[in-house]
Amino acid sequence: MTDLVPERYTLAFRLYPYAKSPDQEAATPARHKVIVVGGGPIGLATALDLGRRGVPVLLLDDHEGAGLGSRALCFSKRTLEICDRLGAAGPMLDKGVQWNVGKVFHDDRLLYEFNLLPEAGHAFPAFINLQQPWFEKFMHDAILDAQAEGAPIELRGRNRVDAVIPAADHVALDVMTPDGPYRLEADWLIACDGARSPLRGMMGLSFDGRVFEDNFLIADVKMKADFPTERWFWFEPHFKSGDSALLHKQPDDIWRIDFQLGWNIDRAKELEPANIRARVDAMLGPGVEYELDWCSIYTFQCRRMGRFRHGRVLFAGDSAHQVSPFGARGANSGIQDVDNLAWKLALVLDGAAPEALLDTYDSERVHGADENILNSTRATDFITPKTPVSKMLRNAVLELAETLPFARTVVNSGRLSLPCTYDGSALNGPDHAAMPARTRPGSPCPDAPVAGGWLLNRLGRGFTLLTIGAPAPEVLTAHGLAVPRLALDATPEIRDRYLGDAEAAVYLIRPDQHVAARWDHYSAGAVSDALARAIGKE
Amino acid sequence: MLITTPNLTRPDETYAALIATHEGLSEAESHALNARLILILMNHIGDDAVLTEAMRLARDKGGQAA
Ligand SMILES: Cc1cc2nc3c(=O)[nH]c(=O)nc-3n(C[C@H](O)[C@H](O)[C@H](O)COP(=O)(O)OP(=O)(O)OC[C@H]3O[C@@H](n4cnc5c(N)ncnc54)[C@H](O)[C@@H]3O)c2cc1C
Repeated sequence: MTDLVPERYTLAFRLYPYAKSPDQEAATPARHKVIVVGGGPIGLATALDLGRRGVPVLLLDDHEGAGLGSRALCFSKRTLEICDRLGAAGPMLDKGVQWNVGKVFHDDRLLYEFNLLPEAGHAFPAFINLQQPWFEKFMHDAILDAQAEGAPIELRGRNRVDAVIPAADHVALDVMTPDGPYRLEADWLIACDGARSPLRGMMGLSFDGRVFEDNFLIADVKMKADFPTERWFWFEPHFKSGDSALLHKQPDDIWRIDFQLGWNIDRAKELEPANIRARVDAMLGPGVEYELDWCSIYTFQCRRMGRFRHGRVLFAGDSAHQVSPFGARGANSGIQDVDNLAWKLALVLDGAAPEALLDTYDSERVHGADENILNSTRATDFITPKTPVSKMLRNAVLELAETLPFARTVVNSGRLSLPCTYDGSALNGPDHAAMPARTRPGSPCPDAPVAGGWLLNRLGRGFTLLTIGAPAPEVLTAHGLAVPRLALDATPEIRDRYLGDAEAAVYLIRPDQHVAARWDHYSAGAVSDALARAIGKE
Repeated sequence: MLITTPNLTRPDETYAALIATHEGLSEAESHALNARLILILMNHIGDDAVLTEAMRLARDKGGQAA
């Protein structure tokens, strides 16, 4: 018998084996509230966030779990905070490798080292390194936990979407399984089917941007070496294994090594283990024993869709936008898409917010994608200069960086992912000039220690009214929503991050932990107006 | 604001020093020196708006080209 849903890649973890669903025998297509297509990190997180909000969600993937390729490696503090809200961060933190120090080399010289020096008073570190399959596995474990607690999440492995038929009030899907095809319908469809997004293609939507003419070889090697847990980056390395090179530690004695090979290469030849070993040997020096764990050659592009919402189809993660790996902005930005989308869709499905709220998913996350694309394009242009003169200027920066600290601020081996502030968003309400800029409306709330734990942990699943030294009711009810109050003491961290020069503060915080509006006193009318605005009712 | 009115304290001496700095260098070395010099001066100026104006002016060959 022919395999109707062949594996396109090998699995690291089989997580949701195919099982025949009654939907496959249904006389008329079963209608689901939300269908997520794609079980990568973004699809899994979307299903989990919606399910935890009580929204019934069905996830379809053409495989049965996490692919073997390591790919994403650095996961940011904001991603961990979001995963914590979803109940998935603990194991990630336990297994992940924490790092703070980076070293930048040119040729055989150390130019300088930097320390991410995370600000004290946050629950999570600036970054952890964790192989993508493990990230996906831990996300899936959290889905199992949520299901056990009654979250209405269903995953169907080896369910490949072959056609999308959008209609005014639903979307129909043709799905292929090992038992043949069947049809499904969804009120809302979320396409998390990756950078090559078949769904985007089926809908004839474009994905424009820049192609970078360069190939990168990744060699994940297993070795018991006593290199420190640091990020080492070489421009024009003396060991000549590439035009640039990267060495970074992962869990399980695995090290990510990345070589820039240039544009005109023979892929098959470069992927021969002997050729990979020659490059790795030159880098690590003689006598270092290692095994090749996973190798791949990739090229990349920086591009995005024009819009992320197309009627009842929403695109999230790599299907909507793609960046170069420098800066670790791929999965990290996709997780922020999920964070932005899930609460909005849940409110729309509840009838608490108008459909127009979903247009702000588009505007806010397009803003985020543009920021990521800009940063990753600039890093890429620095790492692989496009013209002789840009290479000369780049090398001049590197020459000066060894002795002159100012030049180090220009060296760009990737500006590491930071969460986006939704400046100018239609959902933002009033600001207050005396309060810190970092918590202006649109900003993600910075964490802080508070009595009995961490601030972000104390924020609810919905909106929260945060008060510092300001009287306010324990619950505000408006526009069909109950907004609980969280009263905080003005500790040094809270003063520094939220109060600034104000005497007192009242913050309206969105369900994705971004600031909606802030005042120096409570007023029921003002908060209610800001709430209406933040749910798209204005 | 970018200063375009005469501002060099010792124009002839400074210009001669610039030429002398390149003495004995190959063309490639001279280009690299110029690149370093630009970066050092950029940092001294610091202000993004002034530098952007200077780059525009340089691209326009001092404002003569249309
Ligand atoms: C070398 C490299 C290094 C990287 N490093 C980092 C990093 O350090 N930090 C970071 O944040 N990001 C990094 N990234 C980016 C990261 O890997 C991606 O952003 C991330 O995988 C995107 O997740 P996703 O869920 O959107 O898509 P994917 O992970 O691509 O998942 C898409 C899923 O959809 C499924 N699918 C596709 N078509 C169909 C269909 N028709 N029907 C059903 N299912 C379908 C696929 O099988 C797959 O499971 C890196 C990427 C590369 C290549």
